[in-house]
Amino acid sequence: MEDIINAFLLMSNFVFVPAIAYGSQLALGAVGVTLVYGILRFSNFAHGDTMAFGTMVVILFTWFFQAYGINLGPLPTAILALPFGILFTIIFLLACDKLVYKFYRERKAVPVTYLIASVGIMFVLNGIIRFIIGPNDQRFADGERFIIKAKEMKQLLGTAEGVSIKVSQGLTFVTAFIVVVVLFWFLNKTRTGKSMRAFSDNEDLALLSGISPDKVVTVTWILVAILATIAGTLYGLDKSFKPFTYFMLLLPIFASAIVGGLGNPLGAIAGGYVIAFSEIMITYPYKKFISYMVPGDWKPDSLVQLLSTDYKFAVSFIILVLVLLFKPTGIFSGKSV
Amino acid sequence: MTYLIGTGMTGGYGGTDILHNCSITAEKGEIAVIVGPNGAGKSTAMKAIFGMINIHTGIVTLDGEDISVLSPQARVAKGMAFVPQTSNVFPTMSVEENLEMGAFLRKDDINGTMEQVFDLFPILKDKRSQNAGELSGGQRQQVAVGRALMTQPKVLMLDEPTAGVSPIVMDELFDNIIEVAKAGITILMVEQNARQALNIADKGYVLVQGRNKFTDTGEKLLNNHEVRKSFLGG
Repeated sequence: MEDIINAFLLMSNFVFVPAIAYGSQLALGAVGVTLVYGILRFSNFAHGDTMAFGTMVVILFTWFFQAYGINLGPLPTAILALPFGILFTIIFLLACDKLVYKFYRERKAVPVTYLIASVGIMFVLNGIIRFIIGPNDQRFADGERFIIKAKEMKQLLGTAEGVSIKVSQGLTFVTAFIVVVVLFWFLNKTRTGKSMRAFSDNEDLALLSGISPDKVVTVTWILVAILATIAGTLYGLDKSFKPFTYFMLLLPIFASAIVGGLGNPLGAIAGGYVIAFSEIMITYPYKKFISYMVPGDWKPDSLVQLLSTDYKFAVSFIILVLVLLFKPTGIFSGKSV
Repeated sequence: MTYLIGTGMTGGYGGTDILHNCSITAEKGEIAVIVGPNGAGKSTAMKAIFGMINIHTGIVTLDGEDISVLSPQARVAKGMAFVPQTSNVFPTMSVEENLEMGAFLRKDDINGTMEQVFDLFPILKDKRSQNAGELSGGQRQQVAVGRALMTQPKVLMLDEPTAGVSPIVMDELFDNIIEVAKAGITILMVEQNARQALNIADKGYVLVQGRNKFTDTGEKLLNNHEVRKSFLGG
């Protein structure tokens, strides 16, 4: 019995807790992608770099606050800097829309044109970010590191294994939960939110009903900026900030949005967790877990790792291909790609 | 004074004209029906009146006011409502939300109008929280008409409202349309089911190749030998 408890604690520590945190970060990113797809009708390849841009501004303000000795005690200073990051990202995205996307909207361009335009914005953003903050790793998490330490838990329960929960993980889950609840309240209960859903459902009829497309587009970009900055900052706090990593995040984020059903925010959230759990469960070495579950001499010699962590992006790719082959509309029946 | 007038309308989608000197008028509270063979420009004539296609010649007036250059959205604000033939609801939104979106331009209390729509289409009241995309064809048409009525329009334009619904539902819809007209709303309708539509019409227009071929009361058109022979199957 004790072995089973130990095995469960082990899995919680190395699989469930990190996957929930990573899944929440992916979910927030995927909701942003899905909103752009549903309302503005294109795949926004600049989303990963938008997250990096917002996080970069948050880091700069965090340093600024740290230099003046302003902090939040046990919580990371980045929370204080978050509103500034959001503000700058909103300004940046609205400027992008005015300078680039609006041009194509007026010409009623096909979605692939927008997609290529967003690739262009992605490269420009890539450059801006490296120019300002550099290509290197930045750690900006401060305050307490752990909510629960594995050692304390071991002593408390008297078990061989314990679960540690980092502040960044707890913060990620709580923030993601609040953001999602507020977002759904906004989309389902407010007039503006409903008009956005109407615009996503049937653009022509929305126009006939007197819904202003300019307002819908503006509000969408504001929401995307908020979601991207929060997702990026949480990811950076949990791991670290490196521009290239954020660019690479595009793949699992798109996989999440497509698995859940493009254009469907609920699907994007579910998709985020599906991708996170698959990625971590397939790359986790099960040696210790199996040792707990089987009699002593059955203990495996190898690591029992299905795939090296270097190949974790292959997991997103495989899921993406399977979904596109067998259920192109995703789990929650969004738009077909 | 005739309430809605489109006179001498000539125009089309691109370079070629589909409508040629076509005229459609309707009095207040009257049901006007446009019928004709496939490709006669029935829907185009209605879209021209609503401003969805450009007409280079001709004038559209509503209640004596020239609205020829207004956008469709501006015409909605003037009291016109349009129900497209297809994709005329918001499929992933509930019936109630569909109606709310119809009244998006209104700033006043819309509950009274919503109750009127529910009185007209009682089935929608039971399905008010169901998504419009999950309803049957006939119910979806009711949502579409209900959505258009939410702006409290003075003119309701319907593009083949009975396309793809069963004959029983079709009769029901026509009854509903008569009721709407009785409330003083002008109805302009394009219909494939010419015989049934002309039955309820105060005025009928038969278009052929974008031109007015016959214009008369619904009853007279039904009894017109040539119309019967060419368009109503004898």
